[in-house]
Amino acid sequence: MLTIATGNKAVAAAVKQVSPEVIAAYPITPQTEIVEQIAEYVTNGELKSQYIPVESEHSAMAACIGASITGARTFTATSSHGLLYMHEMVNWAAGGRLPIVMANVNRALGPGWNIWAEHTDSMQERDTGWLQVYVSTVQEAYDTTLMAFRIAEHHEVLLPVMVNLDGFSLSHINQSLETVELGDFIPPLRLPHAIDVKNPRGYGPLTGPEEYFKFRWDIERSMRDSVKVIESTEKDFSQRFGRSYGFTDDYQCEDADVVIVSMGTIGKEAEVAIDLLRKEGIRAGSMRIRWFRPFPKLDLSGRDVVVIDRDYSFGYGGILAEAVRSTCRAEPYSVIAGLGGQEVTYDDIAGFIQGRRPGEEYWFGVTPDV
Amino acid sequence: MTEIPKEEYLFKCTSACAGCSSSLVLRYVLKAAGPDTVLVMPACCTSVIQGIYPNTAMNVPVYNVAFAAAAACASGMSAAFRAGKKATNVIVYAGDGGTVDIGIQALSGAFERRTDFLYICYDNEAYGNTGMQRSGATPTGARTTTTPGGKPDTKKDIDRIVEAHDPPYMATACSAYPHDLFKKVTKALSIRGPKFIHVLAPCPPGWRYPTEQTVEMGKLAVKTGMWVLFEREYGKVTINGPSKAAMIKPLPIEEYLGPQGRFKGISREAVDALVSLARRNAKRLSLQEEGVC
Ligand SMILES: Cc1ncc(C[n+]2csc(CCOP(=O)(O)OP(=O)(O)O)c2C)c(N)n1
Ligand code: SF4
Ligand SMILES: [Mg+2]
Repeated sequence: MLTIATGNKAVAAAVKQVSPEVIAAYPITPQTEIVEQIAEYVTNGELKSQYIPVESEHSAMAACIGASITGARTFTATSSHGLLYMHEMVNWAAGGRLPIVMANVNRALGPGWNIWAEHTDSMQERDTGWLQVYVSTVQEAYDTTLMAFRIAEHHEVLLPVMVNLDGFSLSHINQSLETVELGDFIPPLRLPHAIDVKNPRGYGPLTGPEEYFKFRWDIERSMRDSVKVIESTEKDFSQRFGRSYGFTDDYQCEDADVVIVSMGTIGKEAEVAIDLLRKEGIRAGSMRIRWFRPFPKLDLSGRDVVVIDRDYSFGYGGILAEAVRSTCRAEPYSVIAGLGGQEVTYDDIAGFIQGRRPGEEYWFGVTPDV
Repeated sequence: MTEIPKEEYLFKCTSACAGCSSSLVLRYVLKAAGPDTVLVMPACCTSVIQGIYPNTAMNVPVYNVAFAAAAACASGMSAAFRAGKKATNVIVYAGDGGTVDIGIQALSGAFERRTDFLYICYDNEAYGNTGMQRSGATPTGARTTTTPGGKPDTKKDIDRIVEAHDPPYMATACSAYPHDLFKKVTKALSIRGPKFIHVLAPCPPGWRYPTEQTVEMGKLAVKTGMWVLFEREYGKVTINGPSKAAMIKPLPIEEYLGPQGRFKGISREAVDALVSLARRNAKRLSLQEEGVC
């Protein structure tokens, strides 16, 4: 069915179709619309989930963990400080091998309070064992949320998945949305280690130095195995519903002399910049990273690379630039732009590409008097 | 009548909604506290009301802190001021969500450790900042954006939770009775140790009543017995005047619920639940006042 929806409403619509048994969530701008919409669905009977309006995000994730380990499908959504406040439990969910799906509406961190888009929130959860995917359109938010459940719950993965969408610039904008008839696209969840009173086990007890690392390795093994599960899920999705995405969304990259690498809505904006540059005869392309964990293999050899980071690791550099530098042995021009919702237009992006200085870092908007 | 200082510490033309009673509350709190005061503020409507950088609507230092952290942050600040022999008032100014939900652990810890500070919870009975979702302080039957069918659960009784920490001073107040509030803040700040004031703050967009009725709504809460004004000083409970009168002859609850859109279509059972809760509270407080319990 073709409708119009915001990014938040698209996520809620996907969740409604997937119908998790338990949803526990706590409101925070700009995620609020997701929980409000879900509360509405539950109240009017369109969604049969148990909805737990917890008292904090730490409890939201803890409640999802408690539900998930019984074998129930679970969902939550958060943003920024909410994500950070649940950080301990975010680790717990992955370590407990629980296929929880969470939408994170990317937002900057305080102080000062800022409710606008930035990726530093989810980047701080980079090493927790969650799969992370970043979307750029309302349709992609919906499609990816559906796929996230199937990937997380796949027996070769059994790790939680975080679907990231930019605050306001995607969560609150209206675009067309084509919903699908799911059919059997998402099989029922069978959690092999679900709590079973007939087979009593201890979950997460004291684990000594001879055993602990094996559990860590098992997370990594599943993270690696998730690559082919993501591929097969995206392939099946495209065969059934006609839309395909991939680990990266490449635009005019084949013959490009320079490729701009970014994530989220800036990556969509970059495609317009590429069109502009191509008109001027500059062979540029855009590579929008969708899956950040597991991090994809990128082919950037022989081209100039410009990376836009909507995040920062202080004392080191842009986090995406770091990933590109270390996995591709590239010397990118690292642009830090869009922090806290800073406006970045396609003209600005074209400017980054034209003014690139490989190996250097550039903070957009920073002048000597800042 | 109490002399209220002319000095203003909350400037005019803030971004508060028209008819916002919580800014009225802050205005009187600051008048009572005076300039040697720091506000510690978790995320809430007031963090928006304070204005956008580089401006501030408040003429005392405001330390903004994460939503769950206000009372713990105030513990550190108070300890540092006292270590430096400074008597500066440390006042947490938090909403009901930041108090009864996400902030309750920090609140409990600070009270147990006898932090010298004043904690003010202004209670608009929902998460105003994020657009009126339910909180633990939302009353039964009230519609919010996460309880579109009316809240099924009961309002959490934070006063009894705080009371269990046996603070030297705690009180309730209401924005419609600013002199009473002023006196309570003044008294609280004259006492050393953890103090708590829980202020009902009607909220026109959240409760859905016309902005000009904001004072009336607070008065109705008290006159119908839905909100009881009391103080507890070193264990001794006193029910304050307006609530005394309401206990003898309360107005019908419908006069309070009727004008509020959030209670539209409320079920008979929910109304009964609200009434019986109010009666139980009134009775318990009366017994406490008499020293019977
Ligand atoms: C950890 C965390 N979770 C959620 C939020 C989002 N948030 C900011 S203020 C607020 C509600 C505040 O409600 P309350 O304390 O009642 O104050 P009010 O806004 O009603 O004045 C929420 C949910 C946040 N800032 N941090
Ligand atoms: S939502 Fe309510 S409490 Fe918040 S500023 Fe508006 S009137 Fe005041
Ligand atoms: Mg509130």
